[in-house]
Amino acid sequence: MTDAHTTGPFIAAIDQGTTSSRCIVFDKDGRIVAVDQKEHEQIFPKPGWVEHDAAEIWTNVQEVVDGAVTKAGITSADVKAIGITNQRETTLLWDKATGEPVHNALVWQDTRTDALCKELGRNVGQDRFRRETGLPLASYFAGPKIRWLLDNVEGLRERAERGEILFGTMDSWVIWNLTGGPDGGVHVTDVTNASRTLLMNLATLQWDEKILSSMDIPAAVLPEIRSSAEVYGHAVGGLLAGIPVASALGDQQAALFGQTCFAEGEAKSTYGTGTFLLMNTGETPVNSYNGLLTTVGYRIGDQKPVYALEGSIAVTGSLVQWMRDQMGLIKSAAEIETLALSVDDNGGAYFVPAFSGLFAPHWRSDARGVIAGLTRYVTKAHIARAVLEATAWQTREIVDAMTKDSGVELAAVKVDGGMTSNNLLMQTLADFLDAPVVRPMVAETTCLGAAYAAGLAVGFWADTDELRANWRRAAEWTPNMDAAQRDREYKSWLKAVERTMGWIEDEE
Amino acid sequence: MPGPIQSLTRAAAILRLLAGGERRLGLSDVASSLGLAKGTAHGILRTLQQEGFVEQDAASGKYQLGAELLRLGNSYLDVHELRARALVWTDDLARSSGEAVYLGVLHQQGVLIVHHVFRPDDSRQVLEVGAMHPLHSSALGKVLSAYDPVAHNELTDLKREPLTPRTITELPDLEGVLDLTRARGWASDLEETWDGVASIAAPIHDRRKVPVGAVAITGAVERVCEDGDIRAQLVAAVRDCARSVSRDLGAGRF
Repeated sequence: MTDAHTTGPFIAAIDQGTTSSRCIVFDKDGRIVAVDQKEHEQIFPKPGWVEHDAAEIWTNVQEVVDGAVTKAGITSADVKAIGITNQRETTLLWDKATGEPVHNALVWQDTRTDALCKELGRNVGQDRFRRETGLPLASYFAGPKIRWLLDNVEGLRERAERGEILFGTMDSWVIWNLTGGPDGGVHVTDVTNASRTLLMNLATLQWDEKILSSMDIPAAVLPEIRSSAEVYGHAVGGLLAGIPVASALGDQQAALFGQTCFAEGEAKSTYGTGTFLLMNTGETPVNSYNGLLTTVGYRIGDQKPVYALEGSIAVTGSLVQWMRDQMGLIKSAAEIETLALSVDDNGGAYFVPAFSGLFAPHWRSDARGVIAGLTRYVTKAHIARAVLEATAWQTREIVDAMTKDSGVELAAVKVDGGMTSNNLLMQTLADFLDAPVVRPMVAETTCLGAAYAAGLAVGFWADTDELRANWRRAAEWTPNMDAAQRDREYKSWLKAVERTMGWIEDEE
Repeated sequence: MPGPIQSLTRAAAILRLLAGGERRLGLSDVASSLGLAKGTAHGILRTLQQEGFVEQDAASGKYQLGAELLRLGNSYLDVHELRARALVWTDDLARSSGEAVYLGVLHQQGVLIVHHVFRPDDSRQVLEVGAMHPLHSSALGKVLSAYDPVAHNELTDLKREPLTPRTITELPDLEGVLDLTRARGWASDLEETWDGVASIAAPIHDRRKVPVGAVAITGAVERVCEDGDIRAQLVAAVRDCARSVSRDLGAGRF
C-alpha cells in the first residue's frame, strides 16, 4: 500500500490449492508485496469423484509465479527463495521420461476408494495402519488412491514396477517441474505431505515397507522424503530461474507454521468452508484415542520433527452458505451476524450440521443433521445464532479431544480464514472454549508459512524466534461467559448431537 | 395545491406495466398500452434507463425493470459486510502506520465502532467493537458529519459536550471544520476527544457514492504528529485504505 516495504529482498510462496493456484511475494516483515492467482477446473466424472488436470495446474503455477513477480515489479535477483504449500493428499502419477500425467490427479475429496479402504482394513477395520501412520484408512489419503490408479489404468502397474512412473502429491509435482521436470527434476516430498499418504511411518519418517506390501504399491514410484525447510533444488526457466526451491508444507501445516505455533500446546484453527484445527504436540507423536489424526507438523532441515494432532470439522462456513443459498434466510454470508445479533440467545435451538455424518471426534457416518429444541418461540434469528454456535461447539469438541489425547490445556487459539471477520462468532468461540481467541494481522497464513519455511532454509530469517517477532496480533476476544451457563449449554449441544446418530439405518 | 406532474405519473405507469414477473416489453407495446405517443414513451423510458430503474435488452431492444429499483428497497449496507470487505485493508493500514485502526458507522447520535485492529506492538489491548465514539469531536464523527447529511443533522441537534479543553462545541466553528474536511477529504482529532490522543479519518463510499462509514487510525499525539502537524504520510495511508475499501464496495476511482 505504502512504498515503505518494496525494498527487497523477498520470498515467493506458491500455494497450489484445491480450487486455485496462487503466488504471493512477501517482504522480510512478512508483509504481502504482490499476489497473483488462477483457478483451475474441477472435474467431476461421476458422483463422488473429483479430479484435477495436473498439466493445467503446472501451467497455472508458472503463470502465477511470473504474474506475482511482475506485479511486485522485481526481478529474480530480489528473490531469495521459493516456498511451496499445497492441497494435501491429492494424488498424481506421471511418466518419468516425458512428464506426462498418466491420469488426472485424484483430489482429496474423491471418495472412489471407499470400498478399497474397507477391503484394505481386512478384519482389523479402519485403524489397521493407525499405529504406524496416525491415520484411519479413509478415502482422503494418498496411498489407496495410488493403488486405485495402479489397478485401473491399463498397463500402469507394469510400467510402475519397471521404474518408469513417479508418484507425487502436488508439492512433489510442482517441485519436480520447477527443478527441470524430465531434465533433472528433483523427485521429493516433505514429511508433512508424506504423513498424509498412509504410507509413511511416523516414528522413522520413512516409507513403511509392510504397508507398501499390504497395499501392493511398488517403492520405485515414491519420492524421497525430505524435511519441510531445506533447498531441494533450483528453479529452471521462468522469471525465477536459478532461485532455490526451499520449502514444502501441506496447507494446514503451513498455516500452523505461518501462525508461528512453534511451541508445544500452541494451536491454530482455520475457518473456511470447513475448519481445520492443528495443535503442536512437540517432538513426539501423540496417539489419539478420541478420533483425531496424528500428523507431522513440520521439520526444519535436520532438526527434530515436530508433530501435531489434527481435527477437522466438515461443515462450518458451508453451513452459512447453506442458510444463504438453500434456505434463503440471508442474502450474504456477512448478514448471518446481523440476523443473529437481533436476538440475545439461541431461544433454545441447537443446530447440528451432520450433513454427511459426524466427523471428529464422533466419526458416525450414520448421523444426519438436526435442529433440536424447537418451540413456537424460535425465529430465524435464533436459528442464525444456532448456526454460529454450531461452529463454536464443534471447535470445543475437538479442543476437548486434543486436551484428552495430549494432556495439554490449550492456552489460546490462533484463528485465520474467512469466518474470522465474524465478530460474534469469534466472541462465541472464546466464550465456549473459555480461552482467548487471537487473530493475526496477516490473513494469508498458509502462504506465509511456506515463505517462512523457505526463508529459514536459506538464512533469510535466522530462526523461529525471528519469525515469532514478526507475528502481530490484530484482535483478541476474551471469554465472557458464566461457567455454569457454559456447562448447561454444552450439555444441551451434546444432547442435540446424540439426536443425529443412527438416522441412516442401512449404509449400503 | 398544484396537480400531479404528468411525466412522473406516466413514468410510474410504465414501471407498473413492467412490474410483475419477468416482463419484457417493446417500445410500441409500452406506448400503446398506456395510450402514449411513441416519442413520449421513449423519452420517459430513456430517462428511467439513465437512472437505472429500467434496463434495455441489447439483443431484442425490449425493456425490463432495472437493478436499481431492487436496490432502493434494501439500500442499507450491512455493517458486517463492510467489516468483511475492509478486513485486509485495515490490517495493512495498522501494519504500515503502526497505529490502531477503527472502522465506524453512524448509529443514533454517535459513531459505532464496527471493526478494530490492534496497534501492532505487543501491548495488551482490548477489542473495542461495539463502543461508541462522539460525533462532534472524533475524526470518524467529523468525516461522517461532513459527508452524510443524516449524520450532519444529528450533529446539529446534539448536545455537544466539551470532552477536553480542545473540544470544539460551537456549531459555526464545527461547520468550518466540516468544510475543511470536505475540501481536503479527511478529518483529524487532535486531543479533542481524549487527552494525548490524536486520530485521522477518511470516508468510505459505496458504489453509488453514498458515504457508508469511515476509517481512522488513532494513537499517541507524539507519534501521529510531528512538530505539531499531523504526519502527511499517515494521512496518505488512511486515505489509501479508505479508497481501497470503497473500491471493494464497488465505488469508482475518485
